[in-house]
Amino acid sequence: MTLRIGPRTSQIIAYCVLLLMTAITVIVLFFIIGYVFKNGLGQITWQFLTDRTRDMGKEGGIFPSILGTLFVTVLAIAIATPLGVGSAVYLVEYTRGGLIRRIISFGADCLAGVPSIIFGLFGFIFFVITLNLGWSVLSGGLTLAVMIIPTIIRTTEEAIKAVPRAYREISYSLGGGKLDTILKVVLPTSLPGILTGIILGVGRAVGETAAVIFTAGSSLGIPTSFFSSTRTLAVHFYILAREGISMPKAYGTAAVLIIIILLINFVAYRLMHRFMARYY
Amino acid sequence: MAKILIQNVSVSYNGFQALKSVDLEVLANEILGIIGPANSGKSSLLRAINRLSEIDYAQVTGTILLDGENIDTLDRNTLRKRIGLIFATPVVLPGSIYKNISYGPKLHRRFGKKELDELVEHALRAGNLWDEVHDRLKDSASTLSGGQQQRLCIARSIAMDPEVIMMDEPCSGLDPISTAKIEATMLELKTKYTFILVTNNTKQAARVADRTAFFLSGELIEIDRTSRLFTSPKDPRTNDYISGRFG
Amino acid sequence: MKDKIAEKLFLFIAFSAILSLLLITFFIFQQGIPLITKIGLGNFFSTTWSPTKGQFGILSMIIGSLMVTTGALVVGVPFGLACAIFLAEFSSKAVQNTLKPILELLAGIPSVVYGFIGIVILVPFIRQNFGGPGFSVLAASIILGIMILPTIVSISYDSLLSVPNTYREGSYAVGATKWQTVTMLLLPAARSGIVAGIILGMGRAIGETMAVIMIAGNALKIPGSILDSVRTLTSTIALELGYAAGDHRAALFACGAFLFFIIIILNIIAIRVTGRK
Repeated sequence: MTLRIGPRTSQIIAYCVLLLMTAITVIVLFFIIGYVFKNGLGQITWQFLTDRTRDMGKEGGIFPSILGTLFVTVLAIAIATPLGVGSAVYLVEYTRGGLIRRIISFGADCLAGVPSIIFGLFGFIFFVITLNLGWSVLSGGLTLAVMIIPTIIRTTEEAIKAVPRAYREISYSLGGGKLDTILKVVLPTSLPGILTGIILGVGRAVGETAAVIFTAGSSLGIPTSFFSSTRTLAVHFYILAREGISMPKAYGTAAVLIIIILLINFVAYRLMHRFMARYY
Repeated sequence: MAKILIQNVSVSYNGFQALKSVDLEVLANEILGIIGPANSGKSSLLRAINRLSEIDYAQVTGTILLDGENIDTLDRNTLRKRIGLIFATPVVLPGSIYKNISYGPKLHRRFGKKELDELVEHALRAGNLWDEVHDRLKDSASTLSGGQQQRLCIARSIAMDPEVIMMDEPCSGLDPISTAKIEATMLELKTKYTFILVTNNTKQAARVADRTAFFLSGELIEIDRTSRLFTSPKDPRTNDYISGRFG
Repeated sequence: MKDKIAEKLFLFIAFSAILSLLLITFFIFQQGIPLITKIGLGNFFSTTWSPTKGQFGILSMIIGSLMVTTGALVVGVPFGLACAIFLAEFSSKAVQNTLKPILELLAGIPSVVYGFIGIVILVPFIRQNFGGPGFSVLAASIILGIMILPTIVSISYDSLLSVPNTYREGSYAVGATKWQTVTMLLLPAARSGIVAGIILGMGRAIGETMAVIMIAGNALKIPGSILDSVRTLTSTIALELGYAAGDHRAALFACGAFLFFIIIILNIIAIRVTGRK
């Protein structure tokens, strides 16, 4: 005897299974964040955020790592944004879908998927050793910049392509030149998409470990120049957790990291919505 | 003297010939109607006149003279400032009504705040839109109705203080009331500007155009005073089109 | 004039960006390839990794990477697809608008945090319930599976949404249920996007480093079961780069070059599958 399940029944079963699996996924996410917060939020005090790190991280705060993360990320974004956005503008506005564009797009596509450890290897051999920049904020920032350029190119390219052709025609028909049109119509219109790309880049830079640990180093001093070695929050957290130096401090650092990532996402979300509300 | 003189102009896109050696004269301060079915080369002609054809990578041959000067020798952006183009679907730029009007002028020189305010008001009045929007200039232009958006586009063109305004089926998506408003605007502004009105609505050409040209498959079939073209066309194809036998 | 200068400037920027991307490729291979030619492909693809004795066989790590990646797909693909289908076809706009950002957030959590959760929860759990050291193929697979979920969900979701609505209407019009429409019409129509999502997720799993180091145990042998410790290509690079020199360092770059090669192949497949130019 074969058991035939009717379409209605299979619909109901499928719905339940899908709902259950989606629920599990969402619960896992909340569990991860909740677990880190439950154990970590209590560690976050003003002193934890502003104190120097002492005794390899067993004692003291995470101030040097906060500074290190800030410096490395800002440097990376400052370099990657003009390069990424400029490249995307060139690709969409100045090439007619020809060979150059296909090659660059393909390169960006491929590198967007390259694992961060490869960027770490590259940064180590090129910036740290070949250019002799040593383990430094500069090496770390440059490595991260190279890592997020493909992301920014891709997202900006998509955003610029989504700008209606009619907007450009209007601008040209009013006597606007190509540059005017790009600066005053195309880029402002695609700003939400571009910002999203940049913010994704910030998120990647803040959370990155493999590419930074071999380029920015893991020194616990307060970074004073571009050439200081520094330890970012993610690297500090990795070392605390893996070497079992201090679980409470590890939870605290993880909570700070997640809060930063949540904030970045929140800001991106709000920015986009405010922008949309103003213009559409 | 002709405002615009078109001599032996052809336009082709990747081998497809959209316009075939057209000769045409546009007189100053007239409304020249251009009628014809779809794909008869009307839009291609307009885009060739303000060299928007360049961004389509179209091949244009022949000469077009504006006030006796070859347009290819003019600066492209200055040419486009002198010859405005209104598109079939009103396209407002993202941003406020005010920003839409002031965008064009600001491309060409700097303006004081007061001067710009006056310019925006003048353009919106000329475009018959001021009364409806004067208290919400900072609102997003996309909140306007379709008819208002098209009048905004006309006002945006007027703000450039052009010499010629070309309209590419400006009323194709609009209701009769909005259409009437736009036609009234054109008749009011005729003393100041020269109009080229491409339309697939023959009645519209009959209502507002001084002279009308009939295009078919990229060729200029016939051009005459509107009243004469519609009452006693010389070419049988013109007669077939205006009497509604095709198109 | 202004426009001419601008065009040159943009071209220059585009070329610098591309140059940086070429540099990476060049340096990784320039550092790694000579060692492979020196020791020979046979040695490179053997199972003995003993840097002090000049043995640089990466086979056990390749197998390790393969095992955790397969494991990650086994965990991540069903859940990822389920989420995508549920979101795209079975939920209201409100649910979509809440869940989509939440899942994107999942992608933003640093990999070290996942690794840490693995250490404090998953590893002890596996040790107590299934035996073994806990640091294992299983632990790495589960954590990586969670990590690649967002990639799979978002790409599959987008490709499901891009199936024209007329398909759905046509299907409902002949009396199909939603689930029948999904399995018979939408999944096949969105197949290429879904496959691309899975391949990109696979790339992410192969390339993940820190989370894997923290929970896989990193023992240098081919694991006999999913409860055994395992070491991947990426782990080896990250664990040893800090102190490696000479041939040893070159060998790590060779690992990197191999990894790079695999990822590029996966990307090419993904790009081909989606037919994007």
